Amino acid sequence: MARLIFEKSQKGRRGCLLPATGVPEIDADSIIDSSLVNEEDLYLPEASELTISRHFINLSQKNHFIEKGFYPLGSCTMKYNPKINERIANFHNFTRLHPYLPINCTQGSLEIMHDLQNYLADITGMDSITLQPAAGSHGELTGMLIVKAYFKNKGEKRTKVIVPDSAHGTNPASARMCGFDIIEVKSNQKGQVDIHTLKEMVNEDIAAIMLTNPNTLGFFEEDILEISDILHNAGALLYYDGANLNAVMGLVRPGDMGFDIVHINTHKTFSTPHGGGGPGAGPVGVKKFLESYLPVPTISFDGEKYCLNYNHLNTIGKVRSFYGNFGILLRAYAYILSMGKQGLKQAAMDAVLNANYLKEKLKTAYHLPYDYQCMHEFVLSGDRQKEQGVNTMAIAKKLMDYDVHPPTVYFPLIVSEALMIEPTETEPKEVLDEFIETMLGIAKEIEENPEQVLSSPQKTPVKKIDEVLAARKPDLCYKPDNT
Amino acid sequence: MMKTIGISSQEELFNQIPEAIKNITLRIPEAHSEFELEKKLIELAKKNIEIGEYISFMGAGYYNRYIPAIIDNVLSRCEFLTAYTPYQPEVSQGTLQAIYEFQTMICSLTAMDVANASMYDGATATAEAALMASRITKRDKVIVSRAVDPETQQVLKTYLSAPEIEIITIGLDDEGITDIQKLEKEINKEIACVIIQMPNFLGNLEEVRKIEQITHNAGALYITNIDPISVGLIKPPGTYNADIVVGEGQSLGCSLSYGGPGFGFMATRQKYLRQMPGRIVGATVDKTGERAFTLTLQTREQHIRREKATSNICTNHSLNALAASIYLSMLGPAGLKELANICFQRAHYLASKISEIPGFKVPYTNFFSNFIITLPDGTTEENFIRMISEYKILPGVTISAYYDEIPNSLLVSVTETNSEVELFLFINAIREISKQLELED
Repeated sequence: MARLIFEKSQKGRRGCLLPATGVPEIDADSIIDSSLVNEEDLYLPEASELTISRHFINLSQKNHFIEKGFYPLGSCTMKYNPKINERIANFHNFTRLHPYLPINCTQGSLEIMHDLQNYLADITGMDSITLQPAAGSHGELTGMLIVKAYFKNKGEKRTKVIVPDSAHGTNPASARMCGFDIIEVKSNQKGQVDIHTLKEMVNEDIAAIMLTNPNTLGFFEEDILEISDILHNAGALLYYDGANLNAVMGLVRPGDMGFDIVHINTHKTFSTPHGGGGPGAGPVGVKKFLESYLPVPTISFDGEKYCLNYNHLNTIGKVRSFYGNFGILLRAYAYILSMGKQGLKQAAMDAVLNANYLKEKLKTAYHLPYDYQCMHEFVLSGDRQKEQGVNTMAIAKKLMDYDVHPPTVYFPLIVSEALMIEPTETEPKEVLDEFIETMLGIAKEIEENPEQVLSSPQKTPVKKIDEVLAARKPDLCYKPDNT
Repeated sequence: MMKTIGISSQEELFNQIPEAIKNITLRIPEAHSEFELEKKLIELAKKNIEIGEYISFMGAGYYNRYIPAIIDNVLSRCEFLTAYTPYQPEVSQGTLQAIYEFQTMICSLTAMDVANASMYDGATATAEAALMASRITKRDKVIVSRAVDPETQQVLKTYLSAPEIEIITIGLDDEGITDIQKLEKEINKEIACVIIQMPNFLGNLEEVRKIEQITHNAGALYITNIDPISVGLIKPPGTYNADIVVGEGQSLGCSLSYGGPGFGFMATRQKYLRQMPGRIVGATVDKTGERAFTLTLQTREQHIRREKATSNICTNHSLNALAASIYLSMLGPAGLKELANICFQRAHYLASKISEIPGFKVPYTNFFSNFIITLPDGTTEENFIRMISEYKILPGVTISAYYDEIPNSLLVSVTETNSEVELFLFINAIREISKQLELED
């Protein structure tokens, strides 16, 4: 059974020694109210370094990760994270840098951030970038706060934000955090924003539309220029969710599509590691007319030195402490330099090639509800298999027995039994062929012996997990039996 | 591959993109080989100060603590580093169990019932806690102490601006802590929560029990932002009836990295669980009855509830939370106590010595490990920092930009990395500067 580090504890054991205070000591209660002095031991593990090391390394063996096997998780862009970026991010002059150091002490880091702002502006077609947001959804929040502040400043009371029915859940959640009401625009038969419906929706109440392009079905919104006109003519703004930027970087820019605000997920497009759920970074770019609303500080260059620029007249304020997840931004910077302008474009083209190849091969056995050329990802439906008694979740669990991480499942919401597949550009054809063989094999097995498929996963560290129990009787914090 | 797809060139895959906006040329540099890249970054790192040559007393919420080697070792493992959010629990038990252990440790440090899987940082955790309090109490005003980290106050203001929640700020009293009388005057039944920091930004210990009574008498929630190391010496907030406890976790095994990534933590009472933002891991069983872990209570979250979610947060700071779990395991209960005591004792020793030096004052003595020094009249912070940099000392953080009522002062932080030798060098340097300035008793 999986044992917790707490259960491996032995009273009195410890992992490290600390130095003596080395100074004459005072009584704690001469300073701290004696009723507040903590005399008790807190409940923490007591173990030697070996026990701790063994514990966490054993835990690590229970994860799927990019180096272990294929990770075609749609909308998450699980590309390879180059090792050189890790080495660079661990340079002492970066890791030990205090955020309150005077800027003459941090010129190297500021130069990196300044140049990264410029690179990201170039790639997205924006005029100005903030590196502050810590993640994609944090970028969305930043962007929607800018939308809110912009209209407030203009004296316009716009209360609604449009999101497509295929949008990421973060889009409506972020807009709602800024006090906007959400209205949903339906997708048309081609899986794209329905222009006619959109036209009818847009009026002076609309503050913005939030779009992912390519969208979560993996299609480029062909009518994007018209969409942009419709919104702009009504005085509204366009927000670009950069989750799928990997498909188009170096080929086309959100700024040229008509977007006013963009966020980028460095942990998707620019190869920074996902870390089991973060930390990421979610830089936000804006067009010139919104520059004064950016969070402070941004990084600027005054001709001699790099500076923290707090001079944004209408700033929404700070969205987090300090300047951003510098340790992560550094990796994105290194990635962009490794790839160069040609490399980024080639990466996008190969990501799209890989996705279309998989799509063509898999659509023979799985229903492809929107059968068009896709960009970096595509969405299959497990409807056919469900009729045979095996739903998409079961297919996902079956894939685990082949050391493949399942695709994103049950998203986007507009496809029933959705399997959203994004291979990324870093996977070679052999891996794609192996995956195709696996998927076709599973489809065949479902036809012949569905019961067998339902017994998966078999080879994983634990078998199928009871998620209902977890939610019904939440056990969120370990309590030893004797307390 | 192209034959399978039915195209003759890769460009054909981009036919859906309108011609008018295609064919762009980027201005970013050409590709660097790995060797060239490393060389360039070594050069850039050199443009920062050689930080290893300096003795630093800079802290103010972000601390220069020793990071045990085991943390670098585990965090660099691609098993943790390159995994995604653990949506598929059967192949994510490593990350999930580590988060469950993290949640348990945060509950210990805060004396709360439940904790989430991490937030971006202490500031955003505080802002999310205020939003949570507003949802629970259905009130739309919050009180925040001016002694809360100024960066946190700024983030709070940003987060609360859009839902139009009013912020009332309570100033400092003569002791450098939240002015209780002003708090009593401002609080009423419209206040959703009172937010304090313990120890506060200036390092001082708040009257946490008095504030608790005042807060709860008005039916407001009590939010405390704590330094997680301080609970080795000072009782955790659960013992003085806090409702939501948040804080910056960077000092638990994360590097400074120019301000990020660290992580935020959040813990609360069982009864408020369903209003908590962020990911939560629960223990359960697999179909054979074996213990297993999974993300749970996801009906609070954006990917299920969309605009009705408790927050928009998706990616958090999972890897940093892992660092904290390892760090706290290495310390254990005895180590955490010792660590807090080292910081406390050395800080008080340093402060008492500095206060003896002509021209230098330590205005508040009720502190944990951060304290204010007031510089001699006529010596600006900038001047002093320049003078002491000759000794390769970074003396602390300038605060007058935030606190005009505490002019000409520095916030000094002491951690276990500041040995008695470093304290001695710092004291000596200040003595010599005092002499240079011809200051007398």
